[in-house]
Amino acid sequence: MRGAGNPRPESGLELYAWIFMRISGLALLFLALGHLLIMHIIHNVDNIDFQFVAARYATPFWRTYDLIMLWFAMIHGVNGVRTVLVDYISARGWRTVSLASLLVVGFVLLTLGSVAILTFQPPMAR
Amino acid sequence: MVKPLEYLTYRGGPGHWSWLLHRLSGIGVFLFLLIHIVDISLIGWGAKVFNRLLFLYRHPAFRVGEVALVAAVLYHALNGIRICVIDFWPETMAFHRKLSYAVGIAFTIIYIPTAIYMLSFIVK
Repeated sequence: MRGAGNPRPESGLELYAWIFMRISGLALLFLALGHLLIMHIIHNVDNIDFQFVAARYATPFWRTYDLIMLWFAMIHGVNGVRTVLVDYISARGWRTVSLASLLVVGFVLLTLGSVAILTFQPPMAR
Repeated sequence: MVKPLEYLTYRGGPGHWSWLLHRLSGIGVFLFLLIHIVDISLIGWGAKVFNRLLFLYRHPAFRVGEVALVAAVLYHALNGIRICVIDFWPETMAFHRKLSYAVGIAFTIIYIPTAIYMLSFIVK
């Protein structure tokens, strides 16, 4: 009988990945659910627009929140999908191609998202 | 390798369904995250470009998708707690079935009012 999730790896990178999934998961429990509650339930896409985001990003608090959430979510997601790919793709070539694609997509979008959060300039009062 | 049909016929019990739902919800949330990064990064191009994009998010089809997204995140979060509980207190394996059901019950209690509330924005 197998436990929930993957059995804890013995050592090395796999052990760190295992620990990271649990720490980031716990952080995302608050970050992602908080984000959904604020941006999709209390506020929602009816009243979120450029002005809303500009006001939100006028102070560093929400930028920091979003940046931490983005990094945790992306690395958690990439590592989770890696587990799924390794489970289902056994041909060596396809496995390499799929894992490399996953890493490239994850890296590019993590960069894009970070740049968007860090470089956004709220326009002066208009 | 498990064939798609075997997912429906394999009798793994609640733990098997938890495992499957955790995977599917995780993949779903991950795919949404990729799209979400692209759309939000458009804010760097200014108010016009960003606000023009919002028609997409206000479309009823997207709003329903948003309700499904909340389901995926909520289930993944609650089931993630169950995974951590069993990982760090292995003796809880003794009632692992009950834990899976507890996740289902907690999900239902939180999700149903949330989904109704979110859908009420679309209908109004």
